[in-house]
Amino acid sequence: MKKKRVIALLLLICLLIGSLWFLQRLFMPKYVDEIFEGRLIEEYYENAGGNDVMFIGDCEVYENFSPITLWEEYGITSYIRGSSQQLIWQSYYLMEETLQYETPDVMVFNVLSMKFDEPQNEAYNRMTLDNMKWSMSKWNSIKASMTEAENALSYLFPFLRYHSRWSDISTEDFTYLFRQEKVFHQGYLMRVDVRPVTTYPAATPLPDYQFGETAYEYLDKMVALCKEKGIPLVLIKAPSIYPYWYDEWEEQIEAYAKEHDLLYINFLELIDEVGIDFNTDTYDNGLHLNLSGAEKLSRYLGGILRETYGLTDHRSEPETAAKWQEKVNFYYEMKADQYRELEEYGYLKSYGGRKPEE
Amino acid sequence: MLFTSYSFILFLTVMFLLYYAVPKKCQWMLLLAGSYCFYAYSGIHFLAFILLTTVSTWYSARRITRIQEQQAAYLKEHKASMDKEQKKRYKASMKKKTKRWMLTCILLNIGLLAVLKYTDFVISNINGIFHTGLTFMNFALPLGISFYTFQSMGYLLDVYRAKYPAQENAAKFALFVSFFPQVIQGPISRYNDLSGTLYEPHSLEWRNISYGIQRICWGFFKKLVIADRLLVAVKSLVSAPDEYMGVYVVLVIFFYAIELYADFTGGIDITIGIAQVFGVKLAENFERPFFSKNITEYWRRWHITMGTWFKDYIFYPISVCPWMLRLSKKSREVFGKAIGKRVPVYLATAIVWFTTGLWHGASWNFIVWGMLNFLVIVISQELEPLYAKFHNRFHVSGKTWYNAFQILRTFWLMGAIRILDVYRDVPLSFRQVGSIFTTANWNELFNGGVMRLGLTMPDYLVLVLGALVMLAVSLAGRSGSVRDKLAAKPVPVRYLVYYALILSILVLGAYGIGYDSSQFIYNQF
Repeated sequence: MKKKRVIALLLLICLLIGSLWFLQRLFMPKYVDEIFEGRLIEEYYENAGGNDVMFIGDCEVYENFSPITLWEEYGITSYIRGSSQQLIWQSYYLMEETLQYETPDVMVFNVLSMKFDEPQNEAYNRMTLDNMKWSMSKWNSIKASMTEAENALSYLFPFLRYHSRWSDISTEDFTYLFRQEKVFHQGYLMRVDVRPVTTYPAATPLPDYQFGETAYEYLDKMVALCKEKGIPLVLIKAPSIYPYWYDEWEEQIEAYAKEHDLLYINFLELIDEVGIDFNTDTYDNGLHLNLSGAEKLSRYLGGILRETYGLTDHRSEPETAAKWQEKVNFYYEMKADQYRELEEYGYLKSYGGRKPEE
Repeated sequence: MLFTSYSFILFLTVMFLLYYAVPKKCQWMLLLAGSYCFYAYSGIHFLAFILLTTVSTWYSARRITRIQEQQAAYLKEHKASMDKEQKKRYKASMKKKTKRWMLTCILLNIGLLAVLKYTDFVISNINGIFHTGLTFMNFALPLGISFYTFQSMGYLLDVYRAKYPAQENAAKFALFVSFFPQVIQGPISRYNDLSGTLYEPHSLEWRNISYGIQRICWGFFKKLVIADRLLVAVKSLVSAPDEYMGVYVVLVIFFYAIELYADFTGGIDITIGIAQVFGVKLAENFERPFFSKNITEYWRRWHITMGTWFKDYIFYPISVCPWMLRLSKKSREVFGKAIGKRVPVYLATAIVWFTTGLWHGASWNFIVWGMLNFLVIVISQELEPLYAKFHNRFHVSGKTWYNAFQILRTFWLMGAIRILDVYRDVPLSFRQVGSIFTTANWNELFNGGVMRLGLTMPDYLVLVLGALVMLAVSLAGRSGSVRDKLAAKPVPVRYLVYYALILSILVLGAYGIGYDSSQFIYNQF
């Protein structure tokens, strides 16, 4: 009797765990409709290792730099570990995690997130954290990122967060239950459409221009980590004209870079030199560059990186070249798909991530 | 620490593991330590209040018992040498002493409760009447103060009435006052009922664990799947009273009745289930109240421990106190026997309902709510002969349809009174109820009105199914324990029910971000 009871109880527990595991997969957002950014983090694990340059940051890296261009122009292998509104502590922990997989020759960090000193938004946290693989870096990133309403347990068991999606389940949740389609190009989110800049933002006065202590703390940690691993850290400010980059912020970053002997490039001051034309090189009025702008910017940055750090040209290495050729092919296929969509619909319907439904 | 929070579930798990790991004689001490940790979680400074009530009640009760023992010993010793009159005088003098201790303790504790809970209510009334600008004190209310104060005072009065001797061990008494599952929303336990299982050693028993967890899960189902989901609609309806009148007030009555039932009974299910897991038996607080055929019956079946507390410690003492007996005599002389004998009963009932209302909250809404209950009870009793005539004339008593009519009548009547809980003031509550008869907007229900209340069609579907399950369990409970019935089923059926229950809580429960998970309604009293 007792044995029977124990077996039944164990079966119940197994059945519950199995059901919850399945339901968790089913309920978690698949990010296949427009908000592809939720899948940026997870694609890295298939491509980890062998990258010369690692970009870390928010949308100002994953929408403004094209690793494929860096490869084609200079034979530089690179990856972008970026996600939407990626806060500086998330960037730090992603950097820490990345260094568990590989040791790049150069680390590039976009400094826009210095403006945030506190956790911001659960939805963005989720896009950055949910698909990180389990490690101490992920746990520390969760603890640093949670807003007041969030609970760490719901990151351990995302079912607790997404159970309320039971009534929103669509066929896509079943289609992408155990598989995902590749969307990004070494962490780059491609957009070929054009929406020119119409107005330039005015500088709205802020009550305080000083970057916060927490932001500096994590920037210090990045510097220390890169130093420990012997990796040069390059600070950049991407040429996005929104949100406004204040002179006071610029001064602080310049002073920090000087103090820590870091290379800092503010592309906002190099727009003409890079050749960016905000009539043709942005898809959202200057927030982000489109493919044309990203390729120009990558070409320019690649030149600096090669000259400054003497990065190796891998194009003559057959194995690496073959591997990258596949990436290049996928890049041009998507590019062609996106232009075709633009021509057919007048707008990007699937962003090339999935074939538009006929 | 809310019962439905992750931290409470973790706390409970740790308590459970420790409880059956420590030596049995230490189990009650662990419960005490856990209860104080649980209490301190709400604010460490609140411990001072519960400690004050505990120490003052324990000491006063002990002194009362000492006096009673002293009296018994003295009378025994001087049995032969004292005449009847001497004994009477001696008893009276001793009674006076015990009464002094009892009254001092009650004044201290009820005074503390009154100051903390009602000061701002008094100030707001003074400001309103005399147009003064007295500053509100904004005292923070210690967790469960209404519940543990009443439970302690019940104990004190029982000791005073020599129902049982006082607990000698202060720590044991502290556990009785602070036992963590019940400290926030009851049930209001009696010492002689609870002390047996609270202090005795318990072995790990499958039945207790299994039944306890089933009861906890059932409570979670009612709270998270039904009550917290309905809360969204109720909040929408009452936050815009001008927009939601007429038929929407009917919805408020209906939704709030179900929400409160699921919330409060769910909370009590969790409480009783937790206690059972620790081998402690708590009193039941509900007996299918929505099947009551009249308001008196309803109050015998809803929040039973509160009702019996008011009956035993307010109604009876008032009914037999000297001034009430004098009033009774006088009223018989003035109004005649038939009416005169009712005056003291109705007066005591009025006092009980006034204090019941006040106990629920420091606002006129609750006082009017209490007095309306009193009014309906008095009218029902006065109309009793008329009902009897009607029943005899039309032979409707016991007929299924008439029973259903009585049940529905009680449900809606109680629901209409209950909405004083939800609207911000008394005039608004009356206006809203009045609008049912003056606003002809019944068609809005079928024109998408209910879809604007923050709930989706799947939510309503869950609510309907959840309410049906609740009804089915309630009906099944009429002929005995539902858990006993389930235990008699074949193993696959039983475990399938457990599986469905747990999974439905986890999937359909209104918890986490995206839901405004509320605290239990009765935590606020």
